[in-house]
Amino acid sequence: MDVTTHDVLLVGGGGAGLRAAIAVSELNPNLKIAVVSKVYPMRSHTVSAEGGAAGVIKSDDSLDEHAYDTISGGDWLCDQDAVEAFVNEAPQELLQLEHWGCPWSRQDDGHIAVRPFGGMKKMRTWFAADKTGFHMLHTLFQTTMKYNSIFRYDEWFVTKLLVDDGRVQGVVAIELMSGKIQAITAKSVILCAGGCGRVFPFTTNASIKTGDGMGLAYRAGAPLKDMEFIQYHPTGLPFTGILITEAARAEGGYLVNKDGYRYLQDYNLGTPTAKPVLRSMELGPRDRLSQAFVKEQEKGRTIDGPYGPVVHLDLRHLGEKLINAKLPFVRELCTKYQNVDPVHELIPVRPVIHYMMGGVSTDINGATPLPGLFAAGEVACVSINGANRLGSNSLPELLVFGARAGKAAAEFASSAKPISNSILAQAFDEQRRIENQFLRNTTGRERTSTIREEMQQTMETSAGIYRTESSLAAGAKTLRHLQERSDNLALDDHSLTFNTDLVAALELSFMLDVAESMVQSALQRTESRGAHQRTDFPKRNDEKFLAHSVVFRAADGRPRVEYLPVRITRWPPGERVYGQPAQKASAS
Amino acid sequence: MADTIKLEISRYSPETDAAPHFQSFEVPFRRDWVVLDALNYIKDKQDGSLTYRWSCRMGICGSCGMLVNGEPKLTCATFLADYAPASIRVEPLRNFPIVRDLVIAMNDFMRKFQKMKPWLIRKEEKPVSEGEYLQTPEQLDAYKQFSMCINCMLCYAACPVYGLDPLFAGPAAIALAQRYNLDSRDQGAKDRFPVLSQHDAIWGCTFVGECTRVCPKHVDPAGAIQQYKLTAALDWVKSVVMPWGGK
Ligand SMILES: Cc1cc2nc3c(=O)[nH]c(=O)nc-3n(C[C@H](O)[C@H](O)[C@H](O)COP(=O)(O)OP(=O)(O)OC[C@H]3O[C@@H](n4cnc5c(N)ncnc54)[C@H](O)[C@@H]3O)c2cc1C
Ligand code: SF4
Ligand code: FES
Repeated sequence: MDVTTHDVLLVGGGGAGLRAAIAVSELNPNLKIAVVSKVYPMRSHTVSAEGGAAGVIKSDDSLDEHAYDTISGGDWLCDQDAVEAFVNEAPQELLQLEHWGCPWSRQDDGHIAVRPFGGMKKMRTWFAADKTGFHMLHTLFQTTMKYNSIFRYDEWFVTKLLVDDGRVQGVVAIELMSGKIQAITAKSVILCAGGCGRVFPFTTNASIKTGDGMGLAYRAGAPLKDMEFIQYHPTGLPFTGILITEAARAEGGYLVNKDGYRYLQDYNLGTPTAKPVLRSMELGPRDRLSQAFVKEQEKGRTIDGPYGPVVHLDLRHLGEKLINAKLPFVRELCTKYQNVDPVHELIPVRPVIHYMMGGVSTDINGATPLPGLFAAGEVACVSINGANRLGSNSLPELLVFGARAGKAAAEFASSAKPISNSILAQAFDEQRRIENQFLRNTTGRERTSTIREEMQQTMETSAGIYRTESSLAAGAKTLRHLQERSDNLALDDHSLTFNTDLVAALELSFMLDVAESMVQSALQRTESRGAHQRTDFPKRNDEKFLAHSVVFRAADGRPRVEYLPVRITRWPPGERVYGQPAQKASAS
Repeated sequence: MADTIKLEISRYSPETDAAPHFQSFEVPFRRDWVVLDALNYIKDKQDGSLTYRWSCRMGICGSCGMLVNGEPKLTCATFLADYAPASIRVEPLRNFPIVRDLVIAMNDFMRKFQKMKPWLIRKEEKPVSEGEYLQTPEQLDAYKQFSMCINCMLCYAACPVYGLDPLFAGPAAIALAQRYNLDSRDQGAKDRFPVLSQHDAIWGCTFVGECTRVCPKHVDPAGAIQQYKLTAALDWVKSVVMPWGGK
């Protein structure tokens, strides 16, 4: 078996991974860096982000206000020391990206322009038209090309973390082009493998977002945190799940029901005004907007479409000029995929699985409890997102915590002992497992796509916008059963060259682990908070659950949940208030 | 039949096949399905060994470029309904080595792209603490179009020159070099000049304009090439008339 060796290895070449790679390079140009990614880095899902990235830059704004919006938006489940570091470093990181060439949208005087965003009391969201993630990712990727110390493994799929002597020392990965399975060792490893929206059937997430990084960590013994907190975005196109960015509402779009009525006013989100008001109505937080949709549906006030109920997003009053200038991609997506021109027509939308608040548990520097293993980006849970992420906080999170994890992993690598010799035996075992379980297995009977579909349906019915003890318990049981069936997969493809059938099977096994951890954490959290809504426990319970769920993989493969206190610094738990009262509160 | 549609898909495995061949599949015809949906249907229900790349399904990641009835297309943005009821032919992008089925090798582009130094080059970096480099909306517009490239490779598949002369840098790589050359914050045009002005890098282009026609993001690489040729020719004249000039 081939073995290659580096100092710091990144699993993932999205926003977080590339930012971390540059941070390592800049800290110590002598460290050898590997970026391993199952797709070419510029294909990573960061490319799809539309709306923008939050960072305080204007004189009427303050770090404390960004922190407060984030913490209240997260229903007080955020670690406040992490949020403080985040809001503090976000502006510098966004400026750094500007210095690397990111084409941020500008004011007439040449300064950075900002736009309003949901749950944010001030305008602080930087944007590059409505292709913010695309421009950020391409800027980062193109910038990494100038560092000689960064070596890329493009289209390599990581299957396992190598752990010996109590610390992570590399990975096993498959080169898709050749089918070669090999060990890539490193003194420290940073997981930047992104989110896991694909465990659900209807999602804005790309096909590559299958929770591999969470699965890798979980199996290596590192715990996952707050896995029950999964964000629905209120405005996805039916059928495709393509996202219509919140920026559409921030620029003044309305959400209306079948009577053309701006129904959010009925759900404690303020009173309608012609122009958008921050932290109010359409600019409320995503969890509350998605929950309001379900209530409207129960009242029979949604519109029946071919793919289930929808409401309408109305942009017509914004006019063609503004839509073309600020929301060109929205117009392109609607006309191309929905055959609707938002300049003249209503856009049908419904809530769609969008973002994972939980993830691999890390400290404020991206370190996991497992030595040598770090994590950053959507795969990680620091946590700055708490029970509900605010739109436009994720992109800056990739930068801030990508850079922090990069520095911490570089320091760890600089003082780490050499790689253990016994690592190779583990890598051989993993190679044999992949060959025997998948490539050479001729007795399997189950189809990957069938089990995947059943898993996705199970997640939607058991752990959707509203959950109950019985829905979750039934979901947990089905998932256990699917786990057993997945041991018996039959691949159609047994070849070595670019075997995407094998990749799909490996992704499925990660997703099943992730799904089980979500359902178990949701089952045990008998309260409602942010995106986790239990109809049988509708109230928030700070006495018992002002705590992070931390889930470990037990020896029998089942999830085991423990709790960690939330770190509170300056903002004691309070009530989440949106709409006009929040405007008054902002005066204080 | 109105409720199904036939796809003829190019199959090739280097492990078993001497050359690519076509295989037909019948899939349900749905008005809102794109070609990629049909491929996913085949992979999930009929033949898990069908091999292709995709990810975002929203025309932005650049993975899913293929030939649809001979035309380079993003398959996630190409509707079955535009071809039905006739059958649809799906092949890998032209002008690239085929890895397997619909997957091509694009390392050649990645190498050429990096040679263009596609990053912001400054003589002096301003510290981040001093804030942003100012750039007016007009200055942004000067290069914005070229920054929209998603590296989907459709233009390479359409380019007759790249097909004949694999040393040609190709439309997207040149457009992306221009993206930085035209950025008011960049001072690296001279560093990119040696690569761009090499015979094969740019002069091979005969302005067929196919690249611009197939580009799904309106990048206009043909325009970038034409523009650059003009600047390069001027620079060349300058360097002959005043050998030390402009350096
Ligand atoms: C449609 C959409 C719009 C969004 N808009 C916004 C927005 O406006 N503002 C905002 O703040 N946030 C937004 N988000 C959220 C944000 O884009 C994501 O959270 C973020 O981009 C995730 O970045 P990442 O670097 O963590 O992961 P990704 O960009 O997903 O990258 C993951 C990387 O890991 C690699 N990888 C994964 N598994 C493996 C494996 N097994 N082996 C090898 N490599 C692997 C992949 O190849 C990839 O390179 C949006 C999200 C979506 C879905
Ligand atoms: S220039 Fe257009 S066609 Fe060519 S790679 Fe870029 S986006 Fe694709
Ligand atoms: S799948 Fe991303 S561009 Fe088509």
